[in-house]
Amino acid sequence: MSGKGRRGIAPGWWFVSPALLLIVVFFLGPVIAAVGLSFTDVDLYALADWHAARWVGFRNYSRVLHEPLFWQAMKNTLYFAIVGGPLTVAASLGAAMLVNARAVRWKGTARAVFFAPFVTTLVAVAIVWRYLYHPRYGLFNWMLGHVGVHQIDWLGDPRWAMPAIILMATWKNFGYNMLICIAGLQNIPRELHEAAALDGATPWQRFRHVTLPMLAPTLFFVVVVTMIGYLQLFTEPYVMTQGGPLRATTSLVLYMYEEGFRWWRLGVAAAIAFLLFILIVLFTLLQRRISPKAAA
Amino acid sequence: MSDRDRGSRILLNGALIVFGAMSLFPLLWMLSASFMATGEATQLPPSIIPHHPTLEHYRDLFGRLALGRYALNSALVAVVTTVCALAINSAAGYAFAKLRFQGRDSTFRVLAAGLAIPVQVAMLPLFLLVKSLGLVNNYGGVIIPGLASIFGIFLVRQYALAIPDDLLDAARIDGASEARVFWSVVLPTIQPVLATLALWTFLATWNDFMWPLIVLSDDRKYTLPVALAGLVGEHAQDVELMMAGAVITVLPVLILFLMLQRYYVEGVTEGSVK
Repeated sequence: MSGKGRRGIAPGWWFVSPALLLIVVFFLGPVIAAVGLSFTDVDLYALADWHAARWVGFRNYSRVLHEPLFWQAMKNTLYFAIVGGPLTVAASLGAAMLVNARAVRWKGTARAVFFAPFVTTLVAVAIVWRYLYHPRYGLFNWMLGHVGVHQIDWLGDPRWAMPAIILMATWKNFGYNMLICIAGLQNIPRELHEAAALDGATPWQRFRHVTLPMLAPTLFFVVVVTMIGYLQLFTEPYVMTQGGPLRATTSLVLYMYEEGFRWWRLGVAAAIAFLLFILIVLFTLLQRRISPKAAA
Repeated sequence: MSDRDRGSRILLNGALIVFGAMSLFPLLWMLSASFMATGEATQLPPSIIPHHPTLEHYRDLFGRLALGRYALNSALVAVVTTVCALAINSAAGYAFAKLRFQGRDSTFRVLAAGLAIPVQVAMLPLFLLVKSLGLVNNYGGVIIPGLASIFGIFLVRQYALAIPDDLLDAARIDGASEARVFWSVVLPTIQPVLATLALWTFLATWNDFMWPLIVLSDDRKYTLPVALAGLVGEHAQDVELMMAGAVITVLPVLILFLMLQRYYVEGVTEGSVK
């Protein structure tokens, strides 16, 4: 046992102290301060003169909870997470099964191709998709026109804007979960598939009764983790729609950003951040409940 | 080979090609449009390949719009963050795995709990802190808050757990100090995970948007994503120009990923399946 019986601070503390110091000062401390901030009316005036700040109790929370825009942002965020999360994982699973199939060649290349969107810069590809979605000269509408689909105003129609952002996010992120799904698929014993095939199971039956049940814990885990990530939606609407049209893509984080860093209502923004945190805690508890093994 | 096998092989490889095409299409179109003459990308029917490839948008970006400055800013921030984060997180990850000290396990549990807290919760007080330190509009304000990463510590710890204690004790018996053991025995042993961590940190920092957007107010200090998001406000109509800007932003990380993808992929499986 190193460090025991010696004088002074154990060497272990020296090794962890720079990291701990930074995490406490720049992360855990601010998280706790955020609770306090959410009970104050800190705004632009208070930034200039701290004496102008006052405790206001739950006023920020009650104000936010009575604000229709907050509920709109909540609805949009949940829409994005609850539709986008499973959709992304479904694409991940499809890609993983393709890459993992015995008959498929160029596995390494395929994996790199599927993963490439994930490493790209979100701001840059969001701009690319903004043009692809353009109602008049965007390539998506041009291609859809060939199969008889009439022009869709992807980012300009409140009904289509969120689905458009979900599609883009699915494209960007499915490669990440694909890697986890590949690892999961490779853990399924070959014999299970072979036994099922001997019993005359069709590929679909083998997928339904062997692959899915074996992979279910992994899939639940990645769906919830993906949804938690998606609850923090910000860059896509910031770059592609500015939260519009008609606020149809304003997410909780975008709403928080606008309140805090555009209007400098920091107390109100901290309350929004905390409500988002509660939402994420709920999803995390859900994940622990569903898959106690995977969460460990 | 039976007809059925051949059929399923064609089907599977066909699906793979379609899936792959969908995956690459937006990136290929970005590249192609960046070489088109002004206005060509908005023609109907759309052109897929530039008729007369031109570099004018790249010249424009690096000349008139000074995108080179932003690329340098991004590179500076990403390199400094990566180097410092490597040192800080590898030391902590190793200590949590291999050194015994009082309070180690309870400290680690606190960190694990912190992993569930979204960064946005900390952002508002963090901004006030950075402001009071005089680091607003300063790269210190962009870099320092993100240096220590709970995820990075976990990644290194997971890997360092496999170092045999005998190896460390042998060095100690030879009279090596703890710092010496770390430098000469531990770091060489955990090199693969260091490569993973370096790549993750570099790409995450290069791609980061929200925090630099908040901290950097002077547009000469912008990183590439922030500059690009600003540029699209003024030049939304210049599709080809914006695509060239997107290429400049995306290309460095894509190339880095393709060269070092082995390490990146290991990080994903290491970090999440466990």
